[in-house]
Amino acid sequence: MEMWFSEYHTDNVKLDLRVEKQLFSGESDCQRIDVCESVEFGKFIALDGEILFSEKDEFIYNEMVSHVPMAVHPSAKKVLIIGGGDGGVAAEFIKYPGIKQIDVVEPDEMLVEVCAEHFPEFSKGLDDPRVNIFYQDGLRFLRDKEEEYDLIINDATDPFGHTEGLFTKEFYGSCYSALKSDGVMVYQHGSPFHEEDRIECVKMHKKAYQAFPISRVYQAHIPTSPSGYWLFGFASKKYHPLENMDADGWNRLGIDTRYYTTNLHKGAFMLPKYVEDMLEEAEDEIEHK
Amino acid sequence: MVFYFFKNKKAGIHQRNTMLEEEAMDKVQQKRAPIYEALQEFRKKRVVPFDVPGHKRGRGNPELVELLGEKCVGIDVNSMKPLDNLCHPVSVIREAERLTADAFHAENAFLMVGGTTSAVQSMILSACKRGDKIIMPRNVHKSAINALVLCGAVPVYVNPETDATLGISLGMKIDEVKKAIEENPDAVAILVNNPTYYGICSDIRSIVKLAHAHKMMVLADEAHGTHLYFGKNLPVDAMTAGADMAAVSMHKSGGSLTQSSILLTNKGVNADYVRQIINLTQTTSASYLLLSSLDISRRNLALRGEESFEKVSKMAEYMRGEVNKIGGYYAYGRDLINGGSIYDFDVTKMSIYTLGLGLAGIEVYDLLRDEYDIQIEFGDICNILAYISIGDRAQDVERLVGALADIARHYKKDKTGMLSGEYINPKVICSPQDAFYARKKSVDIESSVGMISGEFVMCYPPGIPILAPGEQITKEIAEYIVYAREKGCSMQGTEDPEVKRLKVLE
Repeated sequence: MEMWFSEYHTDNVKLDLRVEKQLFSGESDCQRIDVCESVEFGKFIALDGEILFSEKDEFIYNEMVSHVPMAVHPSAKKVLIIGGGDGGVAAEFIKYPGIKQIDVVEPDEMLVEVCAEHFPEFSKGLDDPRVNIFYQDGLRFLRDKEEEYDLIINDATDPFGHTEGLFTKEFYGSCYSALKSDGVMVYQHGSPFHEEDRIECVKMHKKAYQAFPISRVYQAHIPTSPSGYWLFGFASKKYHPLENMDADGWNRLGIDTRYYTTNLHKGAFMLPKYVEDMLEEAEDEIEHK
Repeated sequence: MVFYFFKNKKAGIHQRNTMLEEEAMDKVQQKRAPIYEALQEFRKKRVVPFDVPGHKRGRGNPELVELLGEKCVGIDVNSMKPLDNLCHPVSVIREAERLTADAFHAENAFLMVGGTTSAVQSMILSACKRGDKIIMPRNVHKSAINALVLCGAVPVYVNPETDATLGISLGMKIDEVKKAIEENPDAVAILVNNPTYYGICSDIRSIVKLAHAHKMMVLADEAHGTHLYFGKNLPVDAMTAGADMAAVSMHKSGGSLTQSSILLTNKGVNADYVRQIINLTQTTSASYLLLSSLDISRRNLALRGEESFEKVSKMAEYMRGEVNKIGGYYAYGRDLINGGSIYDFDVTKMSIYTLGLGLAGIEVYDLLRDEYDIQIEFGDICNILAYISIGDRAQDVERLVGALADIARHYKKDKTGMLSGEYINPKVICSPQDAFYARKKSVDIESSVGMISGEFVMCYPPGIPILAPGEQITKEIAEYIVYAREKGCSMQGTEDPEVKRLKVLE
């Protein structure tokens, strides 16, 4: 018997993983959740048929959304993670003694339960006393927050699913208001390679570019993401991700990583020409509006 | 014309268990969808079509099949014996209409394929003939006044009070209706909006009593009231209130396809005559897509309407609370009720006053679409209306509230110089029909003051005329039209596509 999990990246391209068994399948109020055991990637979790993360490659994502802003804004104390129900991102932040409070906002309670059962090594990030979980819609949580957070991480990855509200202009506006005057926001910028994804990328950059004085994009190689290539957005009120990076300071903390280094940090912001062109196109459209 | 008014109060002698049995029976009946079932049967027979439509189940128009899908074009068929005929229903359409009447506790129901416009017009054409007077509030939909152009009846307007802050027309006060009846004892009917676009209801029960005591019919425009028949804790529906006819937009809160609608009649109304009136203007090639959508939606409403609308009400009430927390906006609701001009309020309507932010409703409406990819129902001078329905999800509501909060942050401005809507009492100089067909000349709106309008001017939506044929143009009206146009309201009704010139009576 052969079992394969297919994720369509476009109508004509798909990623197939050989599956040993399905460990969980359920329908929450927000989405369908599946957990499978795969041969190459270990356990993985899929939301509405799209892989959220796998045991094998999730460290790349978690490290890139946490250490990049922490190296730029080392005095950050209060972090908000939106949609971080699996606990993987929180698990990185609790490595910093300077972090005093981590608020995780996750609308889907079932996702948290399923991750706790099948991915206990990530979700233990949620057990730290500094972490508070709010089972709420991200937009709603943000609505009345003003100048409260040093960092906001948008951990939602799908601009078309139930988290589409976290890719809207009002979301970036709300994040801006919720951040302190030197606050930084990191968000998912999608994969720029396939045409449909590219269009979303352009739209996202436009929204962040309008909402924040500084907005740069950085990259990582994530095998289970479309075309294996993923972009993150770095939006900030004050700090520039390269000019204000404190490499020595970060290295002195001695934080254990598998993907992130301060050298990689610099390289991650050096984008391929076609991605630069795409971002400039978005910026031009705004300037000439 | 044959109309009878025998309002039999149902005698209270029903045994409780008989009622329960009847109710259970009704539910079983309501599970049926005769038109839909007939279409399913028909498809199975694989009949070779040598009749219209010429696309022949889509084969002659592959692009259309690509767009709509095979299932959809496959049921785009002609009237025929097994599928009945809307102009003279005897089998499945008749059954579907029977079930619709039962679901809406009406005596008769007519499936309509020309929008609620055709239902409103059929009501008026059934009740009025040339020269008859009909009492109505001025904030009626244009379809009502258009019906007067067609039949030559004369409107008697009841001033719907205007809320000075919100700038919206309210309902008709009973005293005002009484006054109109006393001054016009020869009027034949009263038209009532139940509710208005904004969710405001008049005391329709008392209006019915008053009207029937004076041998007048009550016609209800329920374009925004389908859910009143099924939801709990909502304003009373027209049939329960004893109105004689009601035009019900199934395609709005009822969930059927755009352009489908129903017309309901109560006891004492001659249904055969109404059918004749409908057939004066109705197509003889009624679309089975529209008819089956009415059939399925009626079934859905009868079986699940109550719980669906409970969800909608809750969602709207939640949203109202959240919007009011933002500051600057006023999402009004049952707090407006005053026992008179606002006798009741439909909580499913999400009307929001925006002038507190120094923004006209239409400006917020445009911002929501252009900047936030959110399309709402309409914006007028002072308000926006978001349509909440059984298709909405909690996260969409959060998006809209989030966008409104963001707009309040970024676009708030000084509100001096903003016009508020005001009720401008129209001076009806001649009947809409006489004005419509009179010799006319074209003048600039600014220089039309004092003249009699030969055409409509309205913002669409909501489609409530600012000016109707036969009305005198006042300075306030001319100013209002120019202001609304400048604010970006999409204006309609005039021959001039730019709505700068107006046709007036010579």
